[in-house]
Amino acid sequence: MIEIIVVSTLNGVLYGMLLFLMASGLTVIFSMMGVLNLAHASFYMLGAFFGFEITRRIGFWPALVVAPLLVGAIGMAVERYGLRRVHSHGHVAELLFTFGLTFVIKEVVEMIWGKLPADYRVPGSLDFAAFTLFSSDYPAFRLFVLLVSIAIFLALLLVIKRTRIGLIVQAALTHPGMVGMLGHNVDRIFMLVFGVGVALAAVAGVIAGPILITQSNMAGLLGPILFVVVVVGGLGSLGGAFAASLLIGLVQTFAVAFNVSLADLFGSTAAGEVLSVWLSDIWRVTVAQVAPILPYLLLVLILIFRPRGLMGTRDT
Amino acid sequence: MLSVRGLHAYYGKSHILQGVDLDVGDNEIVSILGRNGVGRSTTLKAIMGDPQPAGEITFKGGAITGRKPHEIAHLGIGFVPEERAIFPSLTVEQNLLLGVKNARRDSRWSLDETWKLFPQLKERADAPGGALSGGEQQMLTMCRTLMGNPDLIMVDEPTEGLAPQMVERIGELLQEIARRGISILLVEQRLVIAMRISHRVYVMGHGQMVFEGTPAELTAAENIRHEWLEV
Repeated sequence: MIEIIVVSTLNGVLYGMLLFLMASGLTVIFSMMGVLNLAHASFYMLGAFFGFEITRRIGFWPALVVAPLLVGAIGMAVERYGLRRVHSHGHVAELLFTFGLTFVIKEVVEMIWGKLPADYRVPGSLDFAAFTLFSSDYPAFRLFVLLVSIAIFLALLLVIKRTRIGLIVQAALTHPGMVGMLGHNVDRIFMLVFGVGVALAAVAGVIAGPILITQSNMAGLLGPILFVVVVVGGLGSLGGAFAASLLIGLVQTFAVAFNVSLADLFGSTAAGEVLSVWLSDIWRVTVAQVAPILPYLLLVLILIFRPRGLMGTRDT
Repeated sequence: MLSVRGLHAYYGKSHILQGVDLDVGDNEIVSILGRNGVGRSTTLKAIMGDPQPAGEITFKGGAITGRKPHEIAHLGIGFVPEERAIFPSLTVEQNLLLGVKNARRDSRWSLDETWKLFPQLKERADAPGGALSGGEQQMLTMCRTLMGNPDLIMVDEPTEGLAPQMVERIGELLQEIARRGISILLVEQRLVIAMRISHRVYVMGHGQMVFEGTPAELTAAENIRHEWLEV
């Protein structure tokens, strides 16, 4: 039991930190520019495939640096030559633009790498057991992913709280128009933030690729969860995105680990017989089976009881 | 310093400014008076480039129509919006520092001077901007714009909703700004302050200027005051 809890906590935090790498960019882009970037997860996928390709040709360590830079550059170009032009036509046009972009990226990825999972493996230098926990080995690569995510989180915090550009970004979260009128080039900052945001998603792709599956549907699988994270955390709140990422990471990991159903919990009690009839539809469904829908259940509950999210400050 | 001819601006389909003509000279304090909704705020915002206006705006001899707000700010126009737009999660000091456009150039205003003029703000330097009172926020937003060292500052309704004592302080600050050789374009609801400190006043009605003259001339023009100012 303790083993399950410890391992699930580690994996949950790991998954949560990966989610945060992506959600942080998404939420900052949204609150600064008012753009809900539906293609955000696609940049994560690009990161994974670029990481796979560069790892194959040169090696994992160069990939960890080059792939996010490439994806960030693509992101900046998309903002500069795509989104910025579409922006003047309103939010619907922006949404459609990013929605279309998800298909373009998916098709391009399938043209180049095909539909089957890419053989993206844990690099040899990190392919060993970091430590033995109770009876099972904990892979070093997972620990590495955790450390990278935490390091990026701290760096991001430092940049936002301590540098001038971070100050401008924070200010632009609430009053972008005023920031421009004080003489700061908001367009350029938007482009930069968009680039950095998608580059962070790409980092997540490079390091998550070997653990999760690097495949052309990976963006589609992860995208919806990202929106759950951003809404649950509160639009525009980095702290909220962090809390929600960890929450969803842990909830999903723990749910998968516990193979418990209502029948197991109440089957032996006096009310068991009555309940088994009333709840016959879900009586034998285990928590592990419903794990995939738990985030969405959380989303619905948050929207009903706390529409601005855990730490949101805006009502948008 | 600033010259505006035939300025038009739209919000969506509403034609807010319908040919505004306006001048602000060097070292001059000019006020735009008028009832709510006639386009006074929009005039200031359109000069700042948001909404993008049509017409002819020249500043220090160069045309600025069609420029972006940040470019216009760098040319030397500062804007203090009516809604103040304090960055609520940033500290008072951080708010002020964001007003600095070019740290290398000498400015007429520095952090130290701001603290000297407003000891209240210094006491709260590390407090979040959102925690200040209305009067303090008004001081902060004006000082923030001044930190960018503008040659012309446009101030929209600085005394709205403030206590009489605070209104006096704002009046003093405006005169201090003028003493340093900065031109002021003021939009005001309270005639008292505007009439006392302005060199010239405009009265605006329905997207156009309907009167231009000295405060004394406006006092004499009873029909203008009756038709366009008194409620």
